[in-house]
Amino acid sequence: MRFSIYRYDPDKDDKPYMQDYDIELEPSDRMLLDALIRIKSIDDSLSLRRSCREGVCGSDAMNINGRNGLACITPVAGLKEPVELRPLPGLPVIRDLIVDMTQFFKQYHSIKPYLINNDPPPETERLQSPEEKAELDGAYECILCACCTTACPSFWWNPDKFVGPAGLLQAYRFLADSRDQASAERLDNLEDPYRLFRCHSIMNCVDACPKGLNPTSAIGKIKDMMVKRTV
Amino acid sequence: MVKRIVTGAHYGLRDWLAQRITAVVMAIYILLLAVVLLVSAPHDHVAWKALFSEQWMRIASFLFFVSLCWHAWIGMRNILMDYVHATGTRLTLQVLVILSLLFYAVWSVDILWS
Repeated sequence: MRFSIYRYDPDKDDKPYMQDYDIELEPSDRMLLDALIRIKSIDDSLSLRRSCREGVCGSDAMNINGRNGLACITPVAGLKEPVELRPLPGLPVIRDLIVDMTQFFKQYHSIKPYLINNDPPPETERLQSPEEKAELDGAYECILCACCTTACPSFWWNPDKFVGPAGLLQAYRFLADSRDQASAERLDNLEDPYRLFRCHSIMNCVDACPKGLNPTSAIGKIKDMMVKRTV
Repeated sequence: MVKRIVTGAHYGLRDWLAQRITAVVMAIYILLLAVVLLVSAPHDHVAWKALFSEQWMRIASFLFFVSLCWHAWIGMRNILMDYVHATGTRLTLQVLVILSLLFYAVWSVDILWS
């Protein structure tokens, strides 16, 4: 199977280049990550992140034939050859397929991704009804792989100011949580022409999400909450 | 000066809402205009003039132009915020957009009530 992989080692290379690999896959190499590990056994200079290898940790997000996804849950069978692999777009490249996610996590932290509840901690858990829990479905499953945020042009143009789809989905996850008491502050924090309103609902994030989540819909719900408290 | 990125302008919702409301106003006007043109079918300049000398038509058209300018301002500002990152250049371009839209609004009043 033929692969064309983005290579860049800032210590050695003046600029990035694409390297071709032609490899024989074993029947057990079912996912793209298996193929990459086989390539790495031939050329150990190829750098990439991976950990759980089953779509839970979000480490091996990359641009696969022009679309962001997780290598570990992308079957090699359906891929058009040569399979073009690049690092996630819009973030600085550290080496080969590894990007610097600092900006991504800075935006994630800016929405205070933790429960804010000023009541004294109860003896047992803070319980939710099944309906209250259902509000969180589609929001809590995010693995922060950055496929959506790095597929978003608004994030490419303003990564320092726009929270991005992953961060906004998490912001909604806490706005929708019946146990959280900081909704007003959370909305205040997002009511900004850059932080929230750079989203023009083009839905690249929905297209890219390997977990099938819908950040655009969550962003819409945040805007709904703002309209309701203002109008 | 400290090179720190500070966000938190505490506005944005009004513009986002205004963009949607002005879009609805324009859609309604376009439908209304289509119906009026189908019904009255003005064939010559005199008929067109008569149509636009009706006060309600002038007011509806004026509302349309105001919505168009407002909508265009929000859209243009969005584009400038996306792509123009030097604050001075962005402000200059935004002022130019406002001035030209104001000019068009006044011009449309002049045309409608001339």
